[in-house]
Amino acid sequence: MARIAGVDIPKQKRGVIALTYIFGIGKSRAEKILAQADVDENLKVNEWDDDQIGRIREAVGTYKIEGELRSEVSMSIKRLMDIGCYRGIRHRSGLPLRGQRTKNNSRTRKGKRKTVANKKKATK
Amino acid sequence: MARSLKKGPYVHYKLEQKVAANVEANKKTVIKTWSRASMITPDFVGQTIAVHNGRQFVPVYVTENMVGHKLGEFSPTRSFRGHVGSKNKGKK
Repeated sequence: MARIAGVDIPKQKRGVIALTYIFGIGKSRAEKILAQADVDENLKVNEWDDDQIGRIREAVGTYKIEGELRSEVSMSIKRLMDIGCYRGIRHRSGLPLRGQRTKNNSRTRKGKRKTVANKKKATK
Repeated sequence: MARSLKKGPYVHYKLEQKVAANVEANKKTVIKTWSRASMITPDFVGQTIAVHNGRQFVPVYVTENMVGHKLGEFSPTRSFRGHVGSKNKGKK
């Protein structure tokens, strides 16, 4: 069991994949980190020895990840909302920011459908 | 797609002149403009720009955080007041 970057405990998986369980590390960063730490990508996490873990920790430490990254993201969203620009307004009202249609779809932003009672059907 | 860095930020030349004049004279007069595509440069900070939204001029007080955004982003062109029957929506 390995503990890297605080709480993340990926194990039993290949090193590259396990590292992507950390918020802020995707596949390409994981590859880079393992190359930097000089660890084979295909090595499972439970096969890492302490020496390798130390080097991986060091390499991971150079990136902004987890809590720090999350707070950065929410800070930039807050900034947009505070200055009252278009994207900020869209964030406030929970609608897509990049000009997508909102007549249908955009359910990710809008959440579950809210059915309106007694909505008139279109008459021919 | 982002604008080429080679060209630098776009600011309508007349608006640029007016802002420069305002800064030089240390005045804070409201500048009316239709140029929604103009980028807010650091010179604009502290000025009030009235940005046209197609119907009226929306006064925008420029703060430091706004640098790098376009003027039009602060002057909404649509006003959604909510659907029929949906309550406690549609402010402004």
